Amino acid sequence: MGQPHDLGNIIDEHPFFKGIDSGLRDLLVGCAANERFEVGEFLAREGRPADKFYLLRAGQVAVEVDVPGKQPVVLETMGEGEVLGWSWVVPPYVSTFDCRAATLVRALSFDGKCLRAKMENDPALGYEVLRRFVPMMGHRLASARLQILDLYGPSVAKAVKSKKKAG
Amino acid sequence: MTAPIPDPMLPRPFRIEKVRRDLSDTFTMELVPAEGGEFTFAAGQFNMLYVFGVGEVPISISGDPGDRSVLVHTTRAVGAVTKALDALKAGEVVGVRGPYGTPWPVEAAFGHDLVFVAGGVGLAPLRPAIYQAMANRERFGRVVVFYGARTPEDILFKRELERWRGRFDMSVHVTVDRATGKWSGNVGVVTNLVAKGGFDPSATMAFVCGPEVMMRYSAAALEKRGVARPSIYMSMERNMKCGCGLCGHCQWGPHFVCKDGPVFRYDRIADLLSIREL
Amino acid sequence: MPGVDGPKTTTFALDKAGLDRLIAALRRRGYRVIGPSVADDAVVYGDVASAADLPAGLGDEQAGGRYRLRRRDDGALFGYTVAPQGWKRHLYPPRQKLFAARRSAAGFEMLPPEPPAAPMAFLGVRACEVAAIAIQARVFGDKAYPDPGYGQRLAAAFVVAVECAQAGGTCFCASMGSGPAVSGGFDVKLVELAGSGRHLFLASAGSPAGTDLLAELDAPEAAPGDVAEAERQVAVVAGAMGRTMAAETARTLGEHAEHPRWDEVAKRCLTCGNCTMVCPTCFCTTVEDSTDLKGEHAERWRKWDSCFTVDFSYIHGGSVRTEGRSRYRQWITHKLSSWHAQFGSSGCVGCGRCITWCPVGIDITEEVAAIQASRK
Repeated sequence: MGQPHDLGNIIDEHPFFKGIDSGLRDLLVGCAANERFEVGEFLAREGRPADKFYLLRAGQVAVEVDVPGKQPVVLETMGEGEVLGWSWVVPPYVSTFDCRAATLVRALSFDGKCLRAKMENDPALGYEVLRRFVPMMGHRLASARLQILDLYGPSVAKAVKSKKKAG
Repeated sequence: MTAPIPDPMLPRPFRIEKVRRDLSDTFTMELVPAEGGEFTFAAGQFNMLYVFGVGEVPISISGDPGDRSVLVHTTRAVGAVTKALDALKAGEVVGVRGPYGTPWPVEAAFGHDLVFVAGGVGLAPLRPAIYQAMANRERFGRVVVFYGARTPEDILFKRELERWRGRFDMSVHVTVDRATGKWSGNVGVVTNLVAKGGFDPSATMAFVCGPEVMMRYSAAALEKRGVARPSIYMSMERNMKCGCGLCGHCQWGPHFVCKDGPVFRYDRIADLLSIREL
Repeated sequence: MPGVDGPKTTTFALDKAGLDRLIAALRRRGYRVIGPSVADDAVVYGDVASAADLPAGLGDEQAGGRYRLRRRDDGALFGYTVAPQGWKRHLYPPRQKLFAARRSAAGFEMLPPEPPAAPMAFLGVRACEVAAIAIQARVFGDKAYPDPGYGQRLAAAFVVAVECAQAGGTCFCASMGSGPAVSGGFDVKLVELAGSGRHLFLASAGSPAGTDLLAELDAPEAAPGDVAEAERQVAVVAGAMGRTMAAETARTLGEHAEHPRWDEVAKRCLTCGNCTMVCPTCFCTTVEDSTDLKGEHAERWRKWDSCFTVDFSYIHGGSVRTEGRSRYRQWITHKLSSWHAQFGSSGCVGCGRCITWCPVGIDITEEVAAIQASRK
């Protein structure tokens, strides 16, 4: 685990908390820890308590759903400069998807319970954190909606058929 | 009247030199003028391709504007004419009218970071501009390609993307909407790549090409990132029968997409993009 | 091709025999003379051999969705206002062969084009139609890729304009600034003075070819009183139109893309495309490819098209303008608004054909007025 001073720097330098007031940042440091995940390790599991969120510093994380009898479906990948996980701020604080390290991942994790308590006590901190999470959640929702549009169709299955015919 | 006006509706015969299958429904043809000569075009322009007795279709040019000896078209077989094109083999002849339309303003982007945002087969109309940028590499700051495809199997010009990614003077980011097989790259929409940056928004020119919805949201992502509207260009698509402003089909508000476009500056069309069924 | 207004030329007075001599002189010069005659209970612009072919003593009654020929008692030859189909039909025919090609060992080869048809002389071109021809000349000519066929046909044509002696039931050329006086764009201008015991055609030239032709007709100079009467006549017509176009709203119609009026008009519009077929400036076309049964011979034809069809805006996967409101909006905003940006003028000349021939009588001036009213 890094020193509080280093953690503060990491928070300052990460795009997600860019420009945060130093007093509020120091409150964040108290709930933060440096973490490292090897390939295949999970940062979050569907249905389990969402006790953390992560500022990703390096590597790639796959947000995925396990499908029995098939490869897990990767819904989205996330990497350096992004924030992972918002179930910690929404009751009942349970993760919605599996988050697996697709490469070696370095991240700063934040203890959700710790941060929620501080946010309750200090509305300024609460507002500051939510002010940054809400646009991110909006962005994710918009991206997910675009993704389901399947903009570049037609379906692969159809195309493969026509290839056979031409074959 | 002096010299007779050349008839813009008469196709010029080109022989197919080579056909390469890019994707299950997408192919690239190399054409040379059947009667000899060269073909000159600017990156972003298109031709009307005629299949004998079947019809014509507007297809953007996907080759290198620096090479006048060969005309390259990448086509997705989705309609009657494009399917008939797909059925042609090397040695056969197609008719060509063009080049038509406005180009990507590659030279106007000198001195800037140059960002390409492509979706699906929208990479094809951008490729000539990428070639032109790489031929003038020292004139640009960063050169960045963001490319979104449906699945890993739908990535167009895959080897070339890999080759570009291997260069030290260009960054290439690819994402797919749906991961399949052993894909270990990015998953998510192309706008997510734009949002992550990697260019100086205050000194960036961005060229966007793909389905209209993808272009609208990509332009919005670029703008959100700080790229000014007049620095964003996109290539529009509408029904075309003539390609040269005579048939009226491609009208879009006050514009003829065939001659006022297909490449438009975003600030000049942003209002039109939000009007339904225009 | 007619030039613009030159210095004042002599006005001649032709009688019916003089008009016959004019037609004969045009035919001697190799022109195929096209003028008004009656077919299928309507005036049509087709081949005429002499003044006897003209619709003597016939006028027309036009209103929204209504057209009827009616007798007039003055024997006027140009007593109607405008025929359903304008001169577009001849300058830019509904079907044009773009090319023919033949399969060959090397692929295919283009067959030589057919020789150009005989030059045409248009007899009876109204002021609004002169304006429409000028507009289409810009549409097809003023660009990087002009249409050579239109250019050739127009350059070879001889225009005999005839000023209107009465306003039609759906006309509004006065408010479009395109009539009723004919002030240019003709080789010869005629004004018909019928009734009151005389039947004259005052003729003046608008080009050297026109001067040349009139000189050959052996006609007397017009009496000053008749010249004055011709001027009075056209002034009366200008004041007799029942409709006006709200010009500024028309010009900026493109700014009202989301106006609720489009829904209103869509309830009535059948999207039949009649308005585009009769409009003298509508120029949209599609193409049709065909081969013979052996697949050896291919042709490509250009055909008039209409922005009211669903297929018009088809791009792979579907059409852009699926709803009637969008298609009506496209037509009227293009005609009145975007045309300015594209070709430097309105695309409407106020001939009223789109009103007359709309099966449900949709009135272009009324639609603009409705949007104008909501702006206040």
